[in-house]
Amino acid sequence: MSYEITLMTTMAISVLFALSLNFITGFCGQISLGHAAFLGAGAYTSAMLSKADVPFLFTIPAAAICAAMLGAIIGLASLRVRHDFLAITTMGVGFLFVGIIRQQDFFGGEIGIAGIPSSGFGKGGFMLICIALALTFAAFSLYVRRSWMGFVFKSIADNEDVTRVLGIDVSRYKLIAFIIGTGTAGVAGALYAHHFRFVGPDSFGFVESISVLAMVIVGGIGSVWGVIFAAALLSVLPMLVQFIDDYKLLFYSGLLFAMMRFSPDGIAGLCTRLFSSIPRRVPDNGGNNR
Amino acid sequence: MLYLELFIQGLVQGSIYALIALGLTLVYGLLRILHVAHAALFTLGGYIGVIVTNATGSFTLAMVVAMLVVGFAGMLMYKLAYEPLLSQPPYVSLIASIALFIASEEIFRIAFGPYGLSYQTAPLQGHIELFSGFYLKYAEILVMGLSTILMIALAWLSMRTRTGVAWRATVTDPDMARAFGVKIQNVRYLNFFIGSSFAAAAGVLVALLNNLVEPTMGSVASYKALAIIVLGGLGSIRGTLIASLLLGVLESFGTIYIGHLLDRDAIAFAFLILVLMIRPQGLMGGKL
Repeated sequence: MSYEITLMTTMAISVLFALSLNFITGFCGQISLGHAAFLGAGAYTSAMLSKADVPFLFTIPAAAICAAMLGAIIGLASLRVRHDFLAITTMGVGFLFVGIIRQQDFFGGEIGIAGIPSSGFGKGGFMLICIALALTFAAFSLYVRRSWMGFVFKSIADNEDVTRVLGIDVSRYKLIAFIIGTGTAGVAGALYAHHFRFVGPDSFGFVESISVLAMVIVGGIGSVWGVIFAAALLSVLPMLVQFIDDYKLLFYSGLLFAMMRFSPDGIAGLCTRLFSSIPRRVPDNGGNNR
Repeated sequence: MLYLELFIQGLVQGSIYALIALGLTLVYGLLRILHVAHAALFTLGGYIGVIVTNATGSFTLAMVVAMLVVGFAGMLMYKLAYEPLLSQPPYVSLIASIALFIASEEIFRIAFGPYGLSYQTAPLQGHIELFSGFYLKYAEILVMGLSTILMIALAWLSMRTRTGVAWRATVTDPDMARAFGVKIQNVRYLNFFIGSSFAAAAGVLVALLNNLVEPTMGSVASYKALAIIVLGGLGSIRGTLIASLLLGVLESFGTIYIGHLLDRDAIAFAFLILVLMIRPQGLMGGKL
């Protein structure tokens, strides 16, 4: 049973983390290649507070606030850049985060922070907390998508300039998306720290950022159900395919490539096409899309 | 004296960056794809360089073979991976490219082992003394010399030949170029061939400098080359060259003076973010 609990906890944390990126990239259309930095910010905040005897439940909001503050700063900076420039800037943020953590003894340097106290709820209780938080944010995502704010996000994702012409304060909404998304990533980070009881700079690098982006894209960018499914599947896939141990990463990247090649709109798009008679139009602008 | 030494080291590193980043810029200028898997071709170049040198003993032959084989590999990559994705939104090709890159790292690891390969007898390891106490390795001279020659060759090709005119026309306006009878497809193949063979040259040179090729040698190159082309202003060749050399020198000084605050990669990206905040279109980019 203990193995299943660990599996479920990992799944729930990944779902929460992937949904937090989906909020920024899926809803608001702002691609991020450095989202693991916010997971890391939350994890380090929570880990260090826990080491200072702060109860686990209080470290969650602290982690969220810390990550969201970082997110707000990055968000403000990101308002100046768009599209591919944004992708590379966010990637830079990820490298900057790891680079700073790595060189500061205050954060444990290369070694990281080990021996994080347990959550105090037992394994089962911790799993329930993770699942509850993931479901709450999923429900919130579904609600937002149907709200006025969700429509604005979709409009920004579709065409930022037109949205601005309509008199909507695009920057403000982008910033809101960033703050909510990064804050939630911080919460996921707090859970991560108390799940593995260890945080180190390597846990929040580029690979982690790419894996979570892969979850969002494989699920179907912007689709809440698709992302939940993909995150749950991809987070435990490495454990389920232990038998091909040495080829794990090859399998993973092959799957990702095949997905992009044959169904770029993810599992959600695949389902839509399988179960609907009306084919969805794929945008075609000759490869000159910016 | 330390300053000069750091400066030269920076230039050597910058020349390598320039060779790698140039291919990325060419691909971006033509297809608007962030070609992360370019670094896989760089690694492939390094492996071919070491293997051919060890088998035949000729470093020159290894360089030529690496550039040719990797050039064709790049064309193949375009044909199989990118061409079907051209009509999709840009993030699709970006993710596909990252997936390709990770897969290739794994293939190198599985095929050649995780610890990498070295030259049996590394060529060009001697050095000359420029003036007292200041040495320059032959390999480092080769790096700077070869990059300069390749850049000049490329400049000549694009400015002085009919192929180059067709190429630049396609970058500026693909539809108009097609209307004037330019075969867009061939331009794209040529683009990938040249970009990839430059990356291969860089791979062979890096293998020479470190006397080591390993599966993960491309990872730094991939991220940093992306930073460089963005810094230079996406698609601007001149910007890419300036950004490469600037970043090489900056890193070389940075690791000495602020290395205790930030590691090498972080310095590059901190500089990138700083520049983008002031000039969101990069150093040489046009208005967005």
